[in-house]
Amino acid sequence: MRHRDFFVFVFPSALLMLLFIALPIGSVLVQSLFVEHDRVLEVVKSCTPFGCTEETRVNVAATAALKSEAPLGKFNGLGTYLNRAHLATAELAEIFADNDGLGDIVSRIYNLPFYKALSFTLVYTFTVTPLAIFFGFLVALGVNTLPRLFKGPVIFLSLLPYVVTPLIGSLILYWMINTDGIIGTALQYLSGNPDLSLKASPVLTWLMLIIYGSWHMAPFCFVVFYAGLQTLPQDTLESAMIDGASRFERVRYVVVPHLKPLATFVGLILLMDNFRVFEPIVGFSSSAHATSLSYSIFSDLNGQVDQLFGSAAATSVLTTIGVIILLMPVLVRTWRDFNRKAR
Amino acid sequence: MKFSKTSATALALILAASSAYAGCGISAGNVRILANDFDALGIVVDEAKTCAGDGVAVEANMTTEHKSLQVPALSVNPAQYSVAVVANNSIVPLLNEDLIRPLDDLVAQYGATLQDSQLIRIDGKVMAIAFMGNAQHLFMRSDVLAEAGLEQPTSYEEVLAAAQVIRDKGIMEYPLAAADLPGWNLAAEFVNMYLGMGGEFFAPGSAEPAINNETGLKTLEMMKAMTGFMSPEYMSYDADEMKALYLAGQVAIMNQWGSMVNAHIDPNGPAPQIGEATVLAAAPTVGGGSTPAAALWWDGFTIAKNISDEDAAASFQAMVHGIRPEVAQANPTGATWLMKDFTAPASANGVLGTAAAGAKAYPMTPYMGLLHTALGDELADFMQGTEDAGQALTDVEAAYRAAATEAGFIN
Repeated sequence: MRHRDFFVFVFPSALLMLLFIALPIGSVLVQSLFVEHDRVLEVVKSCTPFGCTEETRVNVAATAALKSEAPLGKFNGLGTYLNRAHLATAELAEIFADNDGLGDIVSRIYNLPFYKALSFTLVYTFTVTPLAIFFGFLVALGVNTLPRLFKGPVIFLSLLPYVVTPLIGSLILYWMINTDGIIGTALQYLSGNPDLSLKASPVLTWLMLIIYGSWHMAPFCFVVFYAGLQTLPQDTLESAMIDGASRFERVRYVVVPHLKPLATFVGLILLMDNFRVFEPIVGFSSSAHATSLSYSIFSDLNGQVDQLFGSAAATSVLTTIGVIILLMPVLVRTWRDFNRKAR
Repeated sequence: MKFSKTSATALALILAASSAYAGCGISAGNVRILANDFDALGIVVDEAKTCAGDGVAVEANMTTEHKSLQVPALSVNPAQYSVAVVANNSIVPLLNEDLIRPLDDLVAQYGATLQDSQLIRIDGKVMAIAFMGNAQHLFMRSDVLAEAGLEQPTSYEEVLAAAQVIRDKGIMEYPLAAADLPGWNLAAEFVNMYLGMGGEFFAPGSAEPAINNETGLKTLEMMKAMTGFMSPEYMSYDADEMKALYLAGQVAIMNQWGSMVNAHIDPNGPAPQIGEATVLAAAPTVGGGSTPAAALWWDGFTIAKNISDEDAAASFQAMVHGIRPEVAQANPTGATWLMKDFTAPASANGVLGTAAAGAKAYPMTPYMGLLHTALGDELADFMQGTEDAGQALTDVEAAYRAAATEAGFIN
C-alpha cells in the first residue's frame, strides 16, 4: 500500500481516536495537576429557625477574583498524586522508617485509601480473569457436545448472566445473600451458625464479589471459546482419536493449543474489564470492605457537597497507568508475534 | 330566568376566582424546582405545581441525587433550575459558589405569609426560606418496653441498659438499630453523638479538624457499644433499611428521622399494629450531658442567581404558595412544619422535643461537607472492629486534611 493511501485509509479513525481518546486523557492529565484556589474565609452572623450563630463562610467576591485570574485553579504539580489519598509518599516513608515488622507494614499500608482500593482491584482482576476463562471454557466444551436440538436454548441460558446489567445482577444477589434471603438463610442453616453474615465479614465479602465477577464474566469467555470450537481442525482430532488419545488428552493437546490465541484476546479484554470493577461494589454496598480504583473516582466526584476534580483526575491517570502495566506482557507478546510473521 | 342568569354570573365569578387562586397571582414566568426526594418535600412541590397555567410553567425534578446536580445546574446562565430546595448542609456549596440570590426584596413584596423565624439570614441577608424542621430522634415500641418492664430511656446509657434487659428476657436478640451504612449515614451518626457530647468539629477560626480528642473517642466508644445489640449486618443499614426492619418487628428502639414518622405509624401501612405501639421522643442525651445527641436540620428553598428577575419573582411566589400555612394545616403529620399557626400533632413530638431540649443545628461551615465525607469513609474500619478508635480518628483527620487542602480551605 502506498503511504498516501494508507494515510487516507487510517485518517478518519486516527482523527476519532484523537478526539475521543487522546484529548480527554490529556485534559484529565492537565486537571490532575491543579487544585482549587485558596478560599478567602470570613466569619459572619447567620440565623436559622434554631437561633443565630457566628458561622464561617467563603467570601465569594474575593474567591471569584482569584478564580477569574486563573480559571484552571492553583498549580499543584504532582502534589495531588503524592498526597495521602493517592500514592501517600510521606505516609509510606513514615511507615518504612518506623514499624514493628512486616505485618505492621502491610496493615498500615492497607489502611491508606489508594492502596486499599488497589489491593482489592488487583486481587479481583487476577482471580476473576482466570476463573472466568476456566469456567467459560468448560461451559463451551460442554455445550459443544450437546445434541443440535438443545444447543440454541442452552446457549441462550448460559449467556444470561452476561446480559444482566451488573448493577441489577449484583443487587439481586445482594438481596439473596441477606440474612433474610434464600442463600443467606441456607448458609446459616448449613453452617449451623445463626449469626453468619456474608456482608459483615471482609473475607466473605471479597469471596462473594469474586464469585459474582466470575459468574458475570464467564459467559463472555464461553461465547468466544464456543465460536473458536467451531473452527477445530476435525482431521487432527480424528487422527488423535485413532492414536488412542482420551477425551482429556484431546482437549489438552489439540483443543487448548488451537484456542490459545483466542484465550490471549479474551484475557486482554477481561483484564481491562475487571481492572475497572465498579458496579458490584455499589450493588453489594461493600465499600466498607472492598473498594476499587473506579469506586474512588466515583466517590471523589460524588462527595457530600464538594467535588474533588483534581483528586478524581489523579486517580484516573493512575488507573490508566495501571491498565498499561497490566497489558504490557500481552502487548509485548503480540508485537513479537507480529514481527515474527512479518519476517 | 333572571335568577339563573345571576347564578350563572356568580358561578362564573367563583370559577374565575378559583382559577386566579390556582394561578397564585403570578402573571408570567418559568418555575423549575430541584429538590431532594422525600414525602414532605413532595407535598410542597405538588402545591407549588398548582400555580401552573396562564403563561406560568412549573416543573420539578425530585431526586436524591440533587446534591450532585445543583452546583453544575445553577452555575450555567441561565440556570437550569430557578428553585433549589436545600437543607443546612446542601445550601453551603450554593453559598460557596455564589449561586443563589438574596431574597429580602421578594420577602418584602410577596412574603406576607412567612414568619420571621423561617428566614435564613446570612450576614444580615435572607438567603433561604425554611419550611420544615427535622432531626433524628427516638422511635420506641411501647409494647416491647412494657413487656420488659422498662421505662422509656432518655439517654444512650439507658438505651443500652434497656437493650440488655430486652435481650436477657428473650424478647429480642437484637433490639437496636442505627444507620451505620458507611458514607453519609455513618458520618451523620457520628455528628449526632459528637454534638451530644458537646464536641467542636474544628479548631476555632480555622479549617483545621479537631475531632481527635477525648470527646471523639467517647463518641466512637458509644457508637460501638450500640452495635453490640444490633444484628451482625448493622454496617449495611441506612434509614430506609431501618424502617423495613422496624416495620418487620425486629427492632425495639432506634434513632430515626423525624421526616419519616408517617411511614412508620401509617395505619394503612404494612404494620399498623407496630405503628400503634410506637412512641416518639426526643433524641437521647449521652455521657451525662443535657443536649440531645442529634443535629437539627431545616429544609427550605433558595432562588437561583442566574435567572431573570421575572422568573425569580414567579418562582418565589410559587414556592411561598407551596408553603402557605394552609398546606401545613392540611397535612399535619406530613412534617414538622415551621409555618405560621401550625399546631403540631403528636407525630412532631420527637423533632420538637429534640429542638426544645437544646439540640445543636448541623453546622453550615463551608468545609463541614468534606469532614462529613471523611468520617463516612474512614470510620468503617473501626465500626467493624478492625481498627482502634484512636487510629480511626487519626485517619479521618488525615483524609479530611488531604481533601480540604485540595479544596483550598487549608494551605
